[in-house]
Amino acid sequence: MSSSLAIQRENIRKLFPDTFKQARKSRLRGQIIFFLVLVYLIVGFFTLDVVDIPKKWKPQNAAMFVLDTYAHKDHVTMKWENHEDIKIAFEGNYRSVYGRDNLDKSIPDWFYKNSDNVGNVVEFNNKGKAILYKDKVEIVNFPKYERDFTIKLNSNGKPYLVGSEDLVIEDLKGFRITENRVEFRPTLYERIQVYPKKVEIHRYSIGWKYFWFDFSSPLEPYTFFEALGLTFSKERVVPEMSNLKLFLTEIKNNEAFMHGRVWWAMLETIVMAVLGTMFATVMALPLSFLAAYNVTPIKTLRFMLRRLFDTLRGIDFLIWSLIFLRAFGPGPFTGIFAIGFTDTGTLGKLYSEAIENTEKKQQEGVQSTGASKFLQHRFGIIPQILPIFVSQSLYYLESNTRGAVIIGAMGAGGIGLQFLGALATGNDFENVAYMAILVLAVVIFMDRLSAWLRRILIGSDQLIVR
Amino acid sequence: MTKALPANLEQIEVNLKKLTNQRTRSSLLGIAILILIFFGGTLVSLEANAGSFGRGIANFFNYPRDLFVDTFEMGWKYWPRVVKYIPELIITLNIALFSTSIGFILAIIFAIFSSRNLIRNKKVIQFTKFLMDVTRSFPTLIIAMVFLYLMGKSSLPAVIAITIHTAGALGKLFTEAIENCDGKPIEGLSSVGATWTQKIRFSVLPQVLPLFLSYGILRLEINVRESTILGFVGAGGIGEMLAALIQWNYGADVLACMFLLVGTIIALDYLSAYWRHKLIGANQ
Repeated sequence: MSSSLAIQRENIRKLFPDTFKQARKSRLRGQIIFFLVLVYLIVGFFTLDVVDIPKKWKPQNAAMFVLDTYAHKDHVTMKWENHEDIKIAFEGNYRSVYGRDNLDKSIPDWFYKNSDNVGNVVEFNNKGKAILYKDKVEIVNFPKYERDFTIKLNSNGKPYLVGSEDLVIEDLKGFRITENRVEFRPTLYERIQVYPKKVEIHRYSIGWKYFWFDFSSPLEPYTFFEALGLTFSKERVVPEMSNLKLFLTEIKNNEAFMHGRVWWAMLETIVMAVLGTMFATVMALPLSFLAAYNVTPIKTLRFMLRRLFDTLRGIDFLIWSLIFLRAFGPGPFTGIFAIGFTDTGTLGKLYSEAIENTEKKQQEGVQSTGASKFLQHRFGIIPQILPIFVSQSLYYLESNTRGAVIIGAMGAGGIGLQFLGALATGNDFENVAYMAILVLAVVIFMDRLSAWLRRILIGSDQLIVR
Repeated sequence: MTKALPANLEQIEVNLKKLTNQRTRSSLLGIAILILIFFGGTLVSLEANAGSFGRGIANFFNYPRDLFVDTFEMGWKYWPRVVKYIPELIITLNIALFSTSIGFILAIIFAIFSSRNLIRNKKVIQFTKFLMDVTRSFPTLIIAMVFLYLMGKSSLPAVIAITIHTAGALGKLFTEAIENCDGKPIEGLSSVGATWTQKIRFSVLPQVLPLFLSYGILRLEINVRESTILGFVGAGGIGEMLAALIQWNYGADVLACMFLLVGTIIALDYLSAYWRHKLIGANQ
């Protein structure tokens, strides 16, 4: 059976030698291309330092970054010279200190007096405790640790771990001891640092605290829905304004997440994208008619317009935004015009191609009634191309939203600039995450909106290119 | 000769009128919404913009004029300057090409796992689609900025950011291409007992590869622009050079970089149109 198959195959080969030769040739070409791509990828790997990723990748930094995007921390600071004066501050911010008398902000319940009534206890989320005394710090009850630890200051005023000579390396896991500092960090969520002058404890908890109402807000004791419920009650939380107004202003003026500023910036970015696309559409519409051969008989005009489109598109929106940034200064106008100019080129080209691909018959039909040139275009061409125009403009709306974020980051303002600012502070990573999620949500929303509009306007959300 | 008019002519006319009215009304509504958006947006812009609109328009030509004046003062000494920045341009092109290639490969994997005609498991499809949505929607700049912060200044963040974005963007297009391809070759291969990989290799891939390559070339053109922009925030290449030159106010050099960029982009534009034309024929 198999031998007869082989004979048959041989016969076919003999019958069509050219076909098989060609097949081998094209297969060889494919292999060569594949090989070349492989060589390029290897070269790229080295020229672009991809091999350096393990060296450059600092897991500690990345872990801290990720930790800060979803968690918040409280700082507890004790100075050795006055051990009763313990400061508890949210994120170490001097304006967000718990238990200060002018603010009605009680001490959190994870900080209390020890049962011996001398030490002060900081209890972590994993039930581990740090007990602060006049002359020592005790670390007790940490899960996965068999024993407790004590850190003291020696006669030179330097911190040391009591009995560390007797401990094996295994016991010292989580400790980092240098001359001027003893640090204990069993997991990312607990951190105890002892310095010659002070003790600093970072206590992490998961979540975005003060997302709706910031530390000093009168509405802070309430959750979001409780506060929303309060807006319906007559009793005022503060006498100056109604609850609804208070609710809105407190959210808007939130110092930690800056909702007011972030949302305004987001609005600026959306305005850049939407008005930029509108500007481009309005500009491209008449120009594309002038650049289409079945509308404009003048060849030079068509040629010049085509090159104009190429130039507008070729000068990338990066360069346009640089030029407009000089003229308009930071603000949405820069973005609107940068997007508008680039997309006038893109849309103009696409539109004029669409016009050239229209069917001639409809125009001829209108012509046969004795209509003028203008009416021929109005009723012969526009009904054919309008869906394509709408589809293409809407299609660009989504990518322009992303473009507007980028233009903003290069100086035009909006959410892009806010994002850069938050990243540059180096510790507000929850804001970075918040804005990234916001941008993501808005871009996806624009994408869906444009697909939905395309569907109800032209019955299909696919990009029509003809 | 005079045939009786159809009895329901009046009814037809009434219906026609109703439809026309409805159409006019929805067009008017659409136009009203557009005008509203326009004025609302303009108000926001006027409020948020640092400089006034009128002065901006008046100043529009100042900066380009400064650049050109600076360039003309240099005369013939100018051309060596342009050549000087070509190595930077090559870095930018290298970033774009490399990340497009890697993104292309990732996109094919994404697309295979999110095509309804290749994968039966709905959960896998939904998950891959979600992954593509997310990777596609982040502006490259945001990913690049985060990685720049974590890894320090180098080209790598740009490579990572563009690769991620490319994988998502191309993945979506590839999925559409695979889902729209002809099912008969797949059935044919199934009938002779081909395995899943064989089916993909011999029935799907030959159909979609030209389309894939065409999309890939288009993406490459976009990515050259992207990598320039990422250079602007510190990822190296001609973008970073341009940012520095603008800071130092070296007009002639700024213009040299701009010329190189615009020339490259226009050249790529034509090249990609030509290649795509060759790959998939005219106007597709």
